[in-house]
Amino acid sequence: MSERKCTLSVLVENTPGALARIAGLFSGRGFNIDSLCVAETLDPTLSHLTLVTRGDDQIIEQIIKQLRRLIDVYKVVDVTEEGDYVEREMALIKVRAEKENREEIFRICEIFRLKIVDVTPRTYIIEVTGDKDKLEAVIELLQPMGIKEIVRTGTIAMKREKKNI
Amino acid sequence: MGKIMTGAQMVVEALKREGVEVIFGYPGGAIIDIYDELYKTDSIHHVLVRHEQGAAHAADGFARSTGKIGVALATSGPGATNTVTGIATAYMDSIPIVVLTGQVPTKLIGNDAFQEVDTTGITRPITKHNFLVKRVEDLPRVLKAAFYIARTGRPGPVLVDLPKDVQQAKAEFDYPEEIRLRSYNPTYEPHIKQIEKAYQLLEKAERPVLLIGGGVIASGASSEVLELAERLNLPVIMTLMGLGGFPGDHEQSLGMPGMHGTYYANMAIANCDVLLAVGARFDDRVTGRVDAFAPYAKIIHIDIDPTSIQKNVKVDVPIVGDCKRALARLLEVVKEAGKNKKYFKERFKEWWEQIDIWKRRYPLSYKYDPNVIKPQFVIEKLYELTQGNAIICTEVGQNQMWTAQFYKFKYPRTLITSGGLGTMGFGFPAAIGAQMGNPGKLVIDIAGDGSIQMNIQELATAMDQRLPIKIIILNNGYLGMVRQWQELFYERRYSAVKFATIPDFVKIAEAYGAVGLRITKPEEVEPTLKQILTIDKLVILDVIIAPEEGVFPMVPAGKATTEMILV
Ligand SMILES: Cc1ncc(C[n+]2csc(CCOP(=O)(O)OP(=O)(O)O)c2C)c(N)n1
Ligand SMILES: [Mg+2]
Repeated sequence: MSERKCTLSVLVENTPGALARIAGLFSGRGFNIDSLCVAETLDPTLSHLTLVTRGDDQIIEQIIKQLRRLIDVYKVVDVTEEGDYVEREMALIKVRAEKENREEIFRICEIFRLKIVDVTPRTYIIEVTGDKDKLEAVIELLQPMGIKEIVRTGTIAMKREKKNI
Repeated sequence: MGKIMTGAQMVVEALKREGVEVIFGYPGGAIIDIYDELYKTDSIHHVLVRHEQGAAHAADGFARSTGKIGVALATSGPGATNTVTGIATAYMDSIPIVVLTGQVPTKLIGNDAFQEVDTTGITRPITKHNFLVKRVEDLPRVLKAAFYIARTGRPGPVLVDLPKDVQQAKAEFDYPEEIRLRSYNPTYEPHIKQIEKAYQLLEKAERPVLLIGGGVIASGASSEVLELAERLNLPVIMTLMGLGGFPGDHEQSLGMPGMHGTYYANMAIANCDVLLAVGARFDDRVTGRVDAFAPYAKIIHIDIDPTSIQKNVKVDVPIVGDCKRALARLLEVVKEAGKNKKYFKERFKEWWEQIDIWKRRYPLSYKYDPNVIKPQFVIEKLYELTQGNAIICTEVGQNQMWTAQFYKFKYPRTLITSGGLGTMGFGFPAAIGAQMGNPGKLVIDIAGDGSIQMNIQELATAMDQRLPIKIIILNNGYLGMVRQWQELFYERRYSAVKFATIPDFVKIAEAYGAVGLRITKPEEVEPTLKQILTIDKLVILDVIIAPEEGVFPMVPAGKATTEMILV
């Protein structure tokens, strides 16, 4: 069976042990976590977690069931299952901004609609938002300028509303 | 308005509301407030053990033998860590226990305070759920939830960690009558379409097998199993955890499958065309090499835990639900379909003929020896004398497997054994729990000379409570099961399986005020067993058995279950 990437949207009780339980489930059962993003929801008693993992169909089915088995897990949705979803990730990239490459950095920022959020005489911090492909493309283009540091958020995802006729 | 109470009072009150009459525990600084409340009440009997592992196993044995929740109590730090093996044992076998541990005061948590450990952190992967209670106001709801979670769905251990200041703080005690947890809703009712599909397969089957596991015991489904098996004329195979879920002396019983299962059970599974598995989780000790397990079968799998289904083997008809209800529905469908007993008798006649050939070819057997006691002979005699009317606990190793093979468990909850974790030292404290829960019943621990030494300190506990448990040590002078592996797979390099010092178990019994007996000759077996069954006191019977007797059949680990070593 072939491996696929899978993005899960998980609602959990906002209790102290919940995240540890989920992390422990993945490490204890040898599942992969590619990225994990946690934040509050509109309901303060629930937290939302976006989790990107990999595996063949059987493993992904196990991951979902095992998550649902946790007492604190309220809901698990495989966002990738039906294909119609929006995925975003953000990165902050600190690049060397020497005289000779500033022009090039500006051009890249313009093409990709990136924001420069911090400026020092020798560096810029650039904010990128988009899907994984866009982030990778930007990183590749900025690489020759000299990237000093990158911080990425990990993916968040949302299913599109069904467009019923 | 509820009464104002301290946290410690709430704990004791909640235990009463949950109908708890017996708890097993050991005191310490961080749990002393609860002990103070226990001192003041008569309605809860506290069994003071000699080691917290014993408390957890006793609570477990109580639960397994009664179907009620077992409760254990321990202090923080070392008290809590001592319960860990017991909790993990219960977790692996889905046994409902509630463990209450003391914890350092909330202000000190995280400070490496005296006797502090991260109890909820340590036990997270071995509990169904656990709680650290930080506010006394939360306590009634948490305790209610703990019992509810332990008992419902796929049962399991729940731990509640109680900081000392929470035990001392006061709040209103409003114990909820019922509790609903939005994130926890086990599925009991099976999908009827799936049940119908299952019946379709069974009706068209030519070589069906019914495999039952611990879920049948947990859900109390043994009468449904019996009815279904008899109606459809199905051969029935019981996993270690399922023994007693169907009468072992029934002509349709093929005994246990897997590593030390019967030849005919393994052959039946390997050749069946429909396998109906009920409350069994296809553990590797049952399946052997997975791709060679039931290769020709369409598999129907009933289990309350969705994660058990499609985990180890590919299932054709998954049915999530309570085993008892699912079987009841299946029986309704069977009756509606209208095919009678005779139909299935005819239909599976050839299949039964084949099974009978297997049974005759390699029955469960051993070589009787007039000069030395064979362990299988002891178990056989014990079965003859008790006729299945005893609660049999086991330790782990060869003693456990001989018991599973040669004692024909007739009733549910009569075999108390650590299946999933295989915990040496489990049997005797579990027997204490079982005897506490079943005062009038005969409770026997079949032990090994190694295992019994792992919780032998609980002899004092059993004597305190005047429990007439019978400990039968199958004394081969070896860590026998490991020795057997070394004999078969490590060219007899007997590394670390023989103790230089073996205590005199008869004298140990006497030192505790119990009765100690020893037998060495086959002709002593029957009279001595008869004798101990009449003694209304704790007995250790040290049975010196053939030192290098093996457990057979045996499927080497990782091999197909048809690749059995037969005696
Ligand atoms: C706590 C624990 N430690 C180690 C083992 C590994 N083990 C499995 S069987 C066995 C030997 C048990 O010896 P004994 O109790 O004498 O039983 P026998 O096999 O001789 O009947 C050992 C060491 C275990 N199951 N549990
Ligand atoms: Mg031994």
